Parts: sequence; structure tokens; C-alpha cells
Amino acid sequence: MTTTTMSPRTRRVARPLQYLALLGYVIFLGFPLLFLVLTAFKTPQELISPNPTFFPTNPNFDNFVQAIDKANLIHAAGNSLIVAVSTTVIVTIISLPAAYALARFKTKLRGVATGWILLSQVFPFILIIIPLFLVLKQIGLVDSLLGLILVYTVWSLPFALWMLQGYIAGIPVELEEAGAMDGASRLRILRVIILPLLAPGLVATSLFTFISGWNEFFFALVLIQDPALQTLPLTLARFVGAEGQVQLGQLAAASLLATIPSLLFFAIIQRRLTSGLLSGAVKG
Amino acid sequence: MTLTETPLAASPPSKTPKPSKPRRRSKQGRDAWLLMLPALVPVVLFSVYPLAQGILLGFTDAEAGLNVTTNFNGAENYQKLAGNELFWNSFRIGLVWAFGVTILQFLASLGLALLLNLDLRFRWIARTLALVPWAMPPVVIAIMWRLMLNPTYGPINEGMRAVGLPGDINWLGDFSTALPAVIVVGVWAGMPQTTITLLAGLQSVPTDLHEAAAIDGAGVWQRFWHVTLPALRPIIIAITTLDLIWNFNSFALVYVLTAGGPGGQTMLPMLFAYNEAFRYGNFGYAAAMGNVMVVVIAVFLFVYLRGQARSRLS
Repeated sequence: MTTTTMSPRTRRVARPLQYLALLGYVIFLGFPLLFLVLTAFKTPQELISPNPTFFPTNPNFDNFVQAIDKANLIHAAGNSLIVAVSTTVIVTIISLPAAYALARFKTKLRGVATGWILLSQVFPFILIIIPLFLVLKQIGLVDSLLGLILVYTVWSLPFALWMLQGYIAGIPVELEEAGAMDGASRLRILRVIILPLLAPGLVATSLFTFISGWNEFFFALVLIQDPALQTLPLTLARFVGAEGQVQLGQLAAASLLATIPSLLFFAIIQRRLTSGLLSGAVKG
Repeated sequence: MTLTETPLAASPPSKTPKPSKPRRRSKQGRDAWLLMLPALVPVVLFSVYPLAQGILLGFTDAEAGLNVTTNFNGAENYQKLAGNELFWNSFRIGLVWAFGVTILQFLASLGLALLLNLDLRFRWIARTLALVPWAMPPVVIAIMWRLMLNPTYGPINEGMRAVGLPGDINWLGDFSTALPAVIVVGVWAGMPQTTITLLAGLQSVPTDLHEAAAIDGAGVWQRFWHVTLPALRPIIIAITTLDLIWNFNSFALVYVLTAGGPGGQTMLPMLFAYNEAFRYGNFGYAAAMGNVMVVVIAVFLFVYLRGQARSRLS
């Protein structure tokens, strides 16, 4: 429905309605975010006042300071950081060669791997987590960040593989062949020709893996019981249970802080992520 | 990610004459294995093996705790499940949730994608906002909506009071409103992937098709129905299928929003199975629930995808 193919009359009627609909979407999508931000800057008195104002009358960072203090946010953020970064590094290292093989070699393995990537989406986590819990318990990796890293690695691998092989497939094979004709070794071809071209896709995949690890809740809930090892989502969820009305502001502040890293990374990769989806969709 | 398979660049065309081809292929196969090995080992150890084990566990009486012997008990779990009204109730809720969220998400996202595909001013605001939930931890989304829906201080009730409606609804705590409220949050949380995928699809619909239809006198609505929708079809099928699976298996959002309450009104099957396994320690029974969930979702997908494939052929 491009505007060029719309008659002027329809356009005159349709335009205001379209803007109205767009405004509706902006409110639905944006208002909860705005409210979260505003709540984080309100004082406890303001939050429970019978005549609440929409905007904070005296915006300050008290809630943030108190949330960090009380809920042990820094420690939890540290745990989350360790887990998300380790997962990202491991996933990137092991998925890179596999993605290359998937994209470039036509073997039976390709079909199997693709099937697994899709299948891994269908099975409910509960089926995987129970035996995984038992296995990890046997080798002493329940209640350990290492165990969590292991689980996250396996769990984010399918998607990372899928993304990466797409980016690799987008690099013309002819470039490699040209390199080979010039007598460069395979490793050299990969390092000098493929890697630089792949860099943006690699960054996007890594950041996406990081975000998944940083945001994950279910596996952490099952595998981590020791409060000292809690990741950020766990700490936040526990905070919810204990919320008094007065602490709403702190809850909002803590939530905002927890969102910043993934939001920041997402802002970096979103163009690439959406264009990747786009190319996949167009070809499909 | 879409279900439609991206055609991949063909493997390097072999320039060597025919006789040496088999050898080359087997070498390629070996290389592929070697390259995949680092990824394959953890996947097999911590994903394939547990999954197989999990399916098997569903046929045992496994329980949490030390020194508990586990025995196969055949179909006993499933006989017990068949008579477990709470589980089927949770299953029903899970289906309402999964289909409700998926359908509403699809309609809302299609509308937004159509708007974003137009040449509207300020559309970048909506586009940016539509992406944000993707980056947010589900736990934070749930906390945010708890603030929104708070019966006393939440802006939704306040807004209703301001226009003279009864603004004292306990959205997440009331039997009649809890599930609808949770579904709305589910739609909000899942809009990015659906919108962006549909938008990508819309941008790939050839404009000359639209122009041709317009010249033939087709109205906006007719063009949408007869040109846009058919062209979008593969993408719609792929994204709704994925959404359905994701929603049926989702956990964190509802766990933090309501923990399954009030009175089990939002007890999704995943939450139910989680409680069974990690609160009551009935591992075998919970795994059996997981098996039932897989079978049901597989049947739905089979029927849906086959139906789509058939109507496409006809």
C-alpha cells in the first residue's frame, strides 16, 4: 500500500486516520516505558500521595542509590556480567567454525544441524531443565556460575549459529576462490578475506548472545539458589515479592538499571539485526 | 529468524575433472565434521542427551532427593495426568494464552508494520519504540506492567478514574481480568519480532504488482487482500508458527506478573510443570507434562502447517 498508488481522495481521508493509528501505537508501546522512568524518579511520598502528579515534582537519583544499596544490585550485576560475557565468548568461538561449515559445505550434517536448530525451539524448557539439573548436580555444577554458563552456551548456540551462517553465506564464495588461486592457504583466506567482511555480523551475533544471557531468567531460577550467585533478573524478581508500596520507586529504578546494558547493545545492533531479518525474508 | 530456509551459497563448484570428485567430497565431509565438533560436543552433552533423558524421565517415577531409586512406570504418569483436572485446566489456560497472544500480536503487528511501511512523518518514533521490548529482560517487562496495573497507584486505574469509570480494578488479582491483562502484556512484549519480520516482508512486496492492480481499478482494501496478503503469506506462516511456540513455552513474564495466580487463573503449563518439578520434587511427573506439551504443540503445528500448505496448492 504505497502512497503513490493511492488516489488523492482516499489519501485525504486516510492520512489523518493513519496518523491517529500511529499515535495509538506510540502510546501503547511508549507509555509503560515513560511511566517506568517517571516512577524511578519519584519520592516515596509522591508515589503514595492521594493526588499523584504525573511528572515527579522533585526528580532525583535517591531511588537508584537506595536500590543499589539495598538489593545488592552491583553484586548481582557482576554475576550477570560474568555469565553473559563468558557465554558470549564461548559461543562465538565455537559457533564460528561450525557456522562456516554450515554455510559453505553441503554435507548431511547441514540438514541435521538445521533440523536441530528448529527443533530446539519447539521443546519446552521443562523437558530439558529437569535432566540437565540432575546431570549438573552430579558433576557439582548446580548453584555455580560455571553451570549457568554451560547451559546458556548450549541454549544460545542454535540462534547464534543460524545468524552467523546467514552472514557467512552472504559473503561471495568467489572471494575465497580468488584467494585460493593466488595461492593463499585456507587459514589465511579465512583470516584476511572472510573475517574482516564478517566482522559486523560477528559483532551483531555476539551482542545478541550477550543480551540473551543478560536477560535470561528461567534457567537461572532453577539452577541458582545461593543468594550470592544470583544474577540480575533473579534479584529483581525477588525484589518484586518484597515490594511495599513505598519501594515502587526503587523497584522501577533497579529495573531501569538492569535494562541499560542490553538496551545499549541492542541499539548498536538493531539495524544489522533487522536488515539480517530482511534479507532472510526477501530470499525466503 | 524465519522458518523459511535461506538459500545458501552453493559450495565451491569443483573445478577438478569428474574422477576426483568423490575424494574431494569425503574430504569436505571430514572438514565439516572437524569444524562442527566444538559446537557439536556441548550440544550433544548438554542438549541432545538431556532432552532424550527428559523424554524418558516422563515414563518414570523420578523424584528429587538423595538415594531415591527411579523406576520405569510405563504409562502410569499419563493415567494420573489424564485425571488431573488442575493440569488440564492449566493446559486450557496455556492454549488461551498462546493463541490469544499470537493472534492479537499478529494483528497488532501487521497494523503497525503497514503504518511503518507508509511514508508517514514521525514513524521512526514508533519504529524505535516497537523495538525496545526486544531488548528488555522479561523480568523487567513484568515489573513495569505490575506498576502500570497496580490497583491503587497504577496509571491505568487512575486514567479510568479520571474519566469517571470505576478505577479500582485489581487487574492482576481478579479472577476475570487476570488472564486478559496478562495476555495484553504478552502482546506488548512480543511485538518487536513480529512487527519487524512483517515489515521486512512488506518491503519485499513488489510495487509494480500494486501499481498494476491499481490500474485495474482495485481499491486499497482489495489490493491489501489480493496482493499484499498473498505475497506476505510465507512470512506470516513462519512468524505466527514461531510466536505460537515461543508463547506456549514462555515462563518469566507470567511468573513475575502473577506467579500463576489468582487461584491458578494464569497458571500456564510451564509454570505448572515448574512447580511440580522444583517445588514438589516430582521430576518424572513433571517430565510427563512436558511430553504432553510437546505432543500437543506438535499436533497443532502439523495441522496448521499442513492446512497452509494445502490451501497454497489449491
